[in-house]
Order: sequence, then C-alpha cells, then structure tokens
Amino acid sequence: MKAPNFRYIRPTSLEHAYRILAESEDAVPVAGGQSLLAGLNMRLSAPKLLVDIGDLKDLAVSSESDGEVRLGALTRHCDLLQSDMIRKRLPLLTQAASHIGHVAIRNRGTLGGSLAYADPAAELPACSVALGATIVLGSLAGTREVKAEDFFKGLFETDARRGELILAVKIPAPRMRLSAGFAELARRHGDFALAGLAAVATLDQDRIATARLVYFGCVDRAKLAQSVSAAVAGLRLPATDCDAIDDAVGRDLAPDDSPGLRASTKLQMARVLTRRVLNALPDGVAA
Amino acid sequence: MNAPDLVGQEEIEIVATVNGRAVKRRINARQHLADFLRHELELTGTHLGCEHGVCGACTVLLDGRTVRSCLTLAAQVSGKRVDTIEGLSDSGKLADLQKAFIEMNAAQCGFCSSGMLLTAYELVSAGEARSRAGIREFISGNMCRCTGYHAIVDAIASVMEKNAGKSRHG
Repeated sequence: MKAPNFRYIRPTSLEHAYRILAESEDAVPVAGGQSLLAGLNMRLSAPKLLVDIGDLKDLAVSSESDGEVRLGALTRHCDLLQSDMIRKRLPLLTQAASHIGHVAIRNRGTLGGSLAYADPAAELPACSVALGATIVLGSLAGTREVKAEDFFKGLFETDARRGELILAVKIPAPRMRLSAGFAELARRHGDFALAGLAAVATLDQDRIATARLVYFGCVDRAKLAQSVSAAVAGLRLPATDCDAIDDAVGRDLAPDDSPGLRASTKLQMARVLTRRVLNALPDGVAA
Repeated sequence: MNAPDLVGQEEIEIVATVNGRAVKRRINARQHLADFLRHELELTGTHLGCEHGVCGACTVLLDGRTVRSCLTLAAQVSGKRVDTIEGLSDSGKLADLQKAFIEMNAAQCGFCSSGMLLTAYELVSAGEARSRAGIREFISGNMCRCTGYHAIVDAIASVMEKNAGKSRHG
C-alpha cells in the first residue's frame, strides 16, 4: 500500500527542528525511517507532518572518553557493526547490530530511531538498558537525560515528551574486564525476534560477579530482568544446573500467547537463550 | 530574513542526482523513492514487491549504499545521489555480475534480479572475502521465489573469486 498524505519538512538546524516540533501537535521525526515508513505504507499510523532530521550534523557526532562512549542519535546500524571503537569498547552493540534486519535496512536505520520507536522486539532498546545507558533528549526547553531503564514505558511507549528529540546515547564503557553476550531466536535471520537476550557481565575467573540481563521479543518493553540478573551472580561457568535460573526467568517474564506461539514456548526459548548467552560470556570479553 | 518554515508542505521540490544526471521534480511528500523512480522518471527496472521493506526487490543505491526504495521517501533523497539498475548496467559496473548471473542461471523470472544485483554489487565492491554462508547472510534481505538461491550464491561467489584472483595477481 501507499502512505497516506502528510507534510514534509527538512529542518536546517537543531533549533529549527525544536521549533517545528514545538509548533505542531502531530509532528513525527523521521531519520532512517525503516520502521516508521513501513508503518506508514501499511497505514498503521498517519502523522500530519514528518520532520526529516536525517541531515542534522549535530545528531551524527559520536565521541569517546575514558569511562564513556557517546553515540549520536543518527548512528546507523551499519556504523555499529563496522566501527572498531564499538567492537573494542561495546562489543554487545556489534553483536546486536548483526541481527537487525538486513544490510539495506542497517544502512538506513538509526540508533535514535530504534530507541524512539521502542519496539519490544527490537535489539537496541534491550542493549541500552543492559549497558546502563543514558538517553539525552533535547527540546526548546533545553536538554534532559533519562536512564534507559526509565525510558521504555511500555509497548512502543517512551518517556520522551512532545517536542523532544533524542540527541545521543551515553554509554558507560569502563576499561575493565566487561563481558557481553547476545542471542536471539527468529524464524529467519533478520526477522523480528521471537525471543532475545542482551547481557553484560563482569567475570571473576570462571564466575559471574555481576550481570545485567535484558530480554526482548518476549516482553512488552525493554527492562532489566532483575531476578535473573541476581540469580546468576556468583554462578560458575559453564553453568550445568540451571533450575534456579530457569525459575528466575519465570519470575521476570510473563509473555502472552500470540498467534502461532504459546506463552510457554516463549518462556522455554528465553530459558534456552539464557543458558546459551551465559555460557558464551567468557568468549565475549571486551578487549 | 523570512521566518523559517515550521509547518512543511504536502508538495515539495526535490533535486537529486539519479544515475549521474541531475533531476528536479515537484512531488508529493508521501511518494516513496521506488514510485518516484518508476512513475516520474520511468526507471522501471527497480521493482516493487511487498512495499514494506521485506522483499528487497526495490533495492537501489543511495550515496553508494543499498537501501529499500519503498522505505525511503523521494523527499529524503533531495541533495543526494541515487543509482539504479539502469545506471549501473549502462556504466558497465554490473557487467561481471550480470554475466555470472546469466551463465549460472541465477535469474529466472527476473523480478528479484535488479535488487539482488545491487545488493551483490555492494558486497562485491566491499572486496572482503566471504564464505558461502556469509554471502547468503548478505543477500538475506532479498527474496527470490524461483532459484532457491544456490545459483545466485554461485554467481556472486564466482565474481568474488575472480576479483580476489585479480587483486592477488595484479
């Protein structure tokens, strides 16, 4: 199908974009548009005005310091996949990016777009929570920072207010023995995940010291899996007896039945992924 | 100075470089790039299958990288460079791949072929070695309902091998 009518504008500066968004009741920012435009073509939404922020250079700037990596909202999925800096300091994002759509999608889709869209089956919202990221928002009122954990409110729902734009994502990247694990199950590679898991952990020899696990695909929003994260602390790898962890997965996740996939199947997939990701953690240590 | 536009327009003017030629048109903001190429410029080699980013038939190059032209607005390419199957065929850039596709029966009905060739072109141009599994992964966003993909992978692999040989010996 074709998208319904809308107006289009390409702001010439960040300030211009803020003013447009403040002025209009029904304006939606578009950058890569890989989710938004598919939804428009299928007439799932009908915004009156698309604000094309794709050329705003301020949003494309990334930087790194000792303890932190800051990624501009316009960082494309292909950039995550190809950047040596990301591979070295945030290997979780390199791993995750390879699962996002296909090449042509990754060439267009952006980090900020994925977070703003807040699809519960998307990779990057889950990664941002696992990594303890902070989302930087801007508007005419100034800038504001929100922890990724507090940003995702529900199905396609975020803490972003009307008139606000995601500017960047700040991710703690300590130079220490941090380990990342990522896996997802989809019917075909590049499809939406039926169940997925993003994990970051500190290892003490063959034991997990601390871990942050975030599921996607089988949840309504990206949030820290608190029971599982607590249950795996102190766990010796490779994990053999996983009953306690399986129980914790059941406490953290309450998936619904969906067409062709029972809730119990999703839970089982999440448990299998948990074992796979935990046991692969020693291989995923950041350089 | 006039007050900056804050409301946008349903009809806008775009200027883009398509297959090396400057193009200027007034279009509807809602028109996606595939319709723009096919209807306004009569470049019908770019095919339109699913129209929501799944099938890959509408793949074109935007500033040198593959994109879905059904998930890109024509408005978004203003000021940018678009290359389609027509331009890349005429310039000879796809010649090796096209020859290999023909020789190895990698095209049957032809509907996916333009998208498949452009994706293959991005892969081959990168010049990195890939396993067959790697080639399959790279073209996983382009659906073919005829060949079963083996012939397409054969064709792409043969061009990559040839190019690798060239760079080794040349």
